[in-house]
Amino acid sequence: MKRTRIHITTVAMAALAGVGLLLAGCGSNANPLNSSAGSSSSGSSGAQSSGSQSSGAGSGGASSTAGGSETSSGTGSTGAGQTSAGSTGTGQQPVVIGSANFTESELIADIYAAALKAAGVPVTTHLNIGAREVYLQAMHEGSINLLPEYTGGLLAYYDKTSTAHSPTDVYAALQKALPADLEVLKYSAAQDQDSVTVTKATADKYHLVSIGDLAPVAGQMTLGGSSEWQTRADGPIGMTKLYGVTFKDYKVLDPGGPLSVKGLQTGLVQATDIFTTNPAIEEDGFVVLKDPKNMFQAQNVVPLIAKSAATPKVTSVLDAVSAKLTTADLTDMQKTINDTKANVADVAGKWVSQNGLG
Amino acid sequence: MNWDWLARNASEITSWTLAHVLLSGVPTVVGLILSIPLGALASRYRWAYPPTVTIAGLLYTIPSIALFVLLPGILGTGILDPINVIVALTLYTVALMVRTVADALTAVPPDVRQAAVAMGYRPLRRLITVELPVAIPVIGAGLRVAAVSNVSLVAVAALIGVPQLGQLFTQGQQLDFYTPIVAGIVLCAAIAVVFDAIILSTVKLATPWRRLGRAAA
Amino acid sequence: MIGDIWAWLTTSAHWTGADGIWQRTLEHVEYTLIAVAVAAVIALPIGALIGHTGRGTGLVAGTANALRALPSLGLLVMLALWALGHLPVGIALQTASIAVLALLAIPPMLTSTYAGVAAVDPAARDAAEGMGMSGGQVLLRVELPIAVPLLFSGLRSAYLQAVATATIAAFVSLGGLGRYVIDGLAQHDYPKMAGGALLVAVLAVVGDRILAVVGHFAASAGLTSRRRLWAKTAPYRSSYPAASLSETQPEVVNAARQ
Repeated sequence: MKRTRIHITTVAMAALAGVGLLLAGCGSNANPLNSSAGSSSSGSSGAQSSGSQSSGAGSGGASSTAGGSETSSGTGSTGAGQTSAGSTGTGQQPVVIGSANFTESELIADIYAAALKAAGVPVTTHLNIGAREVYLQAMHEGSINLLPEYTGGLLAYYDKTSTAHSPTDVYAALQKALPADLEVLKYSAAQDQDSVTVTKATADKYHLVSIGDLAPVAGQMTLGGSSEWQTRADGPIGMTKLYGVTFKDYKVLDPGGPLSVKGLQTGLVQATDIFTTNPAIEEDGFVVLKDPKNMFQAQNVVPLIAKSAATPKVTSVLDAVSAKLTTADLTDMQKTINDTKANVADVAGKWVSQNGLG
Repeated sequence: MNWDWLARNASEITSWTLAHVLLSGVPTVVGLILSIPLGALASRYRWAYPPTVTIAGLLYTIPSIALFVLLPGILGTGILDPINVIVALTLYTVALMVRTVADALTAVPPDVRQAAVAMGYRPLRRLITVELPVAIPVIGAGLRVAAVSNVSLVAVAALIGVPQLGQLFTQGQQLDFYTPIVAGIVLCAAIAVVFDAIILSTVKLATPWRRLGRAAA
Repeated sequence: MIGDIWAWLTTSAHWTGADGIWQRTLEHVEYTLIAVAVAAVIALPIGALIGHTGRGTGLVAGTANALRALPSLGLLVMLALWALGHLPVGIALQTASIAVLALLAIPPMLTSTYAGVAAVDPAARDAAEGMGMSGGQVLLRVELPIAVPLLFSGLRSAYLQAVATATIAAFVSLGGLGRYVIDGLAQHDYPKMAGGALLVAVLAVVGDRILAVVGHFAASAGLTSRRRLWAKTAPYRSSYPAASLSETQPEVVNAARQ
């Protein structure tokens, strides 16, 4: 009997400890998940948890910090005791930047973050979310409010029937197609398009110059690309409609990443979607097939922002970034990242300071 | 291994590790707490056992990635909300643990139960003070499996953009770079080992009579 | 929502072709079966030997738990990146994914085989030895047959693990039903994703049931409820060495979990 008593106590204590741990877990759950990883970007999640942001604050996520690692001191701090950077504007709604799940999107998101931070705007990032179909949902829910986007892809998402293809036409159509709570700021001259790309050997063998040249041979070929490109209007569907090109098979690889590049190199696929700023195109001597019928729309880099977050200050900083950013910059920076495995945020921060924005 | 890269990304990796611990630890604890009454019911009432175990088994067959994505629609949460991951893993934990708890309680030796009955213990008191403590080692063993598999499952949430160590895997994939992937695998394994050790020592602390018995022998 | 999923599932165009449900199901079954077979070839002999000799028990428990702790997504990404370029291109991604599935299917089979053999009633073992059986004969003719129910419970866990992980392998380009889940997510096609998830669940349940039934009949009559049917006509069967297992079964089941 006595022994039983003793272990009742033990069990009770264990249970209490468990509940305590649980509560601690739930309570602090909000913290590491919500806090910005580096303190330099803070002053955001801790102090102002008002409005719609509090629920979406999960987004602030264990995220990368704008200015690169040398400036971020509060490693994984649990939020409560974050020191706010001296330059943060008080009372301003924090800008939460999201990105797609490929390197270039993260890179541009980090550039926005670094430039905004340098201008004293509180910023957190939630990068590497997923495909457009996913991160736009997060945008509509308000868990992020700024995204690097591409004009053509974004237009196709909101208006599948649009036939605009020049940068100005696409941009004009996009402004009309966007939902009321979102807007695009000025677009950049920098472009990054989807492409139908083949190896040099394949291009030589079948005399391929433009997408239409694939028509007689595509029936024996496998096309590679991302899940989302498979059903987009500028993917296999558009190729059939505009060029009469239908492939034997579609192999889902990744959004223009290493699986796509390796898939093409090794012959797993004979043609694939590689983004035109991918340094692998030059390094491997891939051939980007021409698109005379403009299946691919203009894809200028453009900030997509929630109207509530587009203060004059934020707008002017992002406009300045768009004015400076070039297609060659994107390729160069990606080459640096691929070759040296440098931090995306560091490369972004360097570009910002080199261009006099930080 | 590119140690330099790890050093440069230390702060990010630290916060991902912390998030990973929470996202896998909280569901383990909550799932255990929920499965004890459910398992006790399934053990006490024979008719309740088959449906409970069947539902739990069905729950476990839903692919994790699908559950992560379907939950926002059901719960009304945001698609990036970590709550989705916590709820999904809690469901998996309950699915695993209900059966373990029920079997462990059923396996309590009849003479122990009869002794408690003879001492005048009512069912609830008997459950809490006698049967559950006796079942602790088995429940602990089941919890070890649940905890460790939660650590592995959380990583899948990287595919829906919830930050934790799984981000190292998607990052490695995008950069064609093994260092983050290896680091992620090692850190996941380390978290699993720590959870395992915590559960083992809790079981040990909560069952002092087992040590007494061994010492006597 | 449910109507949309139903509509997706009942659209006949979704069932045919290279991306059709039949083809994807077939692929999923193929990957799963290969992986489970590979895992069985590795786990069964090792588990049986350790259970029989009692040596290396700590090692097997440690290894099994360590394997369980490996994050499937990480392993899949790492092996897939490596395989493209190192293995013959036609089979590179499948081989990498199946290797991961097999690796994750090993722990449940290893522990249950070991536990099943180790938990055989010493009396049965003694009796077999008394009849002049060698160590190998005891293992093959007495211990393994008695362990069959547990072997199958391990097999079922391994199968469920492989079916689930094969779904995630779609992230690194593997076919199978996971394609619908991963593609549906990226394409924002919820009926496709949920339909795919439902199909995975159905495949998991159906396969698990089949294994349960096979296991029931593979088990010696003395171990299952069939014993009662037999007992009427052939009472001597109740003296099967395994008859006593039913009493120890809870412990055996628990041992399997540890």
